[in-house]
Amino acid sequence: MIIISDLSKRFGPKEVLKGINLKIYDGETLVILGPSGCGKSVLLKHIIGLLKPDGGQVIIDGDDITSFNHKKLDSLRMRMGMLFQSAALFDSLTVEENIAFGLRKHTGLSDIAIHHIVSEKLEMVGLPGANYLMPSELSGGMRKRVGLARAIAMEPEIILYDEPTTGLDPIMTCAIDELHLSLKERLGVTSIVVTHDLNSAYRIGDRLALHYGGQIVAIGTKNEIINSPDPLVQQFIRGEAKGPMTLL
Amino acid sequence: MIAIKLLKDLTNLFGSLTILFLQSIYWTIHGIRTGRFGMKNLMEQMSRIGVDSFPMVALTGFSTGAVLVVQIGYQFAQLGAQRYVGGVVSMAMARELAPILTSIVVAGRIGSSIAAELGTMKITEQIDALETMATDPVDYLVVPRFWGCTFMLVILTVFTNVVGMIGGSIIAVHQIGLTLATFSDSILQSLKIQDIVGGLLKSMVFGGLIGTIGCYKGFTTEGGAEGVGKSTTGAVVLAIMFILAVNYFLTVGINNFNMAYLQ
Ligand SMILES: Nc1ncnc2c1ncn2[C@@H]1O[C@H](COP(=O)(O)OP(=O)(O)OP(=O)(O)O)[C@@H](O)[C@H]1O
Ligand SMILES: [Mg+2]
Repeated sequence: MIIISDLSKRFGPKEVLKGINLKIYDGETLVILGPSGCGKSVLLKHIIGLLKPDGGQVIIDGDDITSFNHKKLDSLRMRMGMLFQSAALFDSLTVEENIAFGLRKHTGLSDIAIHHIVSEKLEMVGLPGANYLMPSELSGGMRKRVGLARAIAMEPEIILYDEPTTGLDPIMTCAIDELHLSLKERLGVTSIVVTHDLNSAYRIGDRLALHYGGQIVAIGTKNEIINSPDPLVQQFIRGEAKGPMTLL
Repeated sequence: MIAIKLLKDLTNLFGSLTILFLQSIYWTIHGIRTGRFGMKNLMEQMSRIGVDSFPMVALTGFSTGAVLVVQIGYQFAQLGAQRYVGGVVSMAMARELAPILTSIVVAGRIGSSIAAELGTMKITEQIDALETMATDPVDYLVVPRFWGCTFMLVILTVFTNVVGMIGGSIIAVHQIGLTLATFSDSILQSLKIQDIVGGLLKSMVFGGLIGTIGCYKGFTTEGGAEGVGKSTTGAVVLAIMFILAVNYFLTVGINNFNMAYLQ
């Protein structure tokens, strides 16, 4: 279980997170929604220890990871995967080398075994045979999917997705959602998904949280969110420009 | 006020560079002890550094050797001291000019490209991605570049010396009118092994500086493409300043050592 309590973070004068409280249960998919620039990516980076908060805690399976040293963080990260918003592929390595990075470094698997795993993952994200392309030869959506393949290559228990389907066509979006659901079914993965795609959020999210103004202002199942009386929630899911939510 | 701020910045810079250096040493020892030292990465960096710097270093070495012989050759010939030309030129090259010029060329070509490469990785979150895959960026990125620069600078300096002497001998024979034998005998008589070793020791230190500073500038890149540009030029300027400053102390140190133990 992941418990985030009172997490706060500022960059210079800008307070991005102002006391985030959130619980993510094992095997659950939590979707985080929120306007652009509200700090969703910053929140994900705190959960995997890339950023240190100014205050508050991130407790994963009972341990506060904000006080972890490098060694402990690394062993935690072996159980986690992250898809970056920008995909963050290593641009000097091929697609295969990108996906194989963790496997090569942390497992004793043979080159042949690793090649098989890579090809299998590429097939899962709809890019069979892309093994030897360089990231610069890929489209934006393809990069995202290679990033996804890299994030799931080590079959982690916890996966953080930063906008996994942004830039994908509706059919591919649906296919990625199916992949997400099957990973969850097969491996019991716990995931936190940041997305702007409501259809996708409803398909995969066990619960949805709305992040606004540095805090989680609403959280609940799909139905609870859709039927929420909160005007912030209603404005956001209807996509209305007028309402209590102001653009930053 | 400005002086205090400058002093503070300088102290921070020294501190950060020292920490990065110590981290590289730590990860090197760690890699060797666990048998997981990234030899392949190191080889890749060394060949890249060699290939990229080779033409410029060759040109610099050749022309420096040639020019030195022109300058020294005529003066010495007028004094009837032709048979010292080779010795003086080779000593100047081995002790001072080869290490300094090679390092400055490599700082321009390699220091900048390391800073640009790592800076781009920083702003495109590739360094964050490395960390999420339980990989230390110093281990994976800095160690091979640090050692690559250190080793390659020694090799390139030897090369500069050789090319410089070839350039020098061509000028000595065709312009100054020395025989090849006079020129080379003079080198063999005057140039001592400690001249060469001292010069190579310098270039080793300069190589380490270039690698560390390039990586440091890369890691501290902020902003977009503009930030990468700033880091790139910053790395070159900083590396050359450090090389020139450190060279003075190394020269004094090596001279003192030679005088105390080798004469
Ligand atoms: N390293 C940083 N330094 C300074 N400010 C930062 C940094 N990272 C993020 N910010 C600021 O924090 C705020 C939140 O950024 P974040 O990337 O988390 O937004 P987001 O919710 O993911 O938006 P989007 O939906 O557009 O991806 C932004 O205003 C951004 O300017
Ligand atoms: Mg974001």
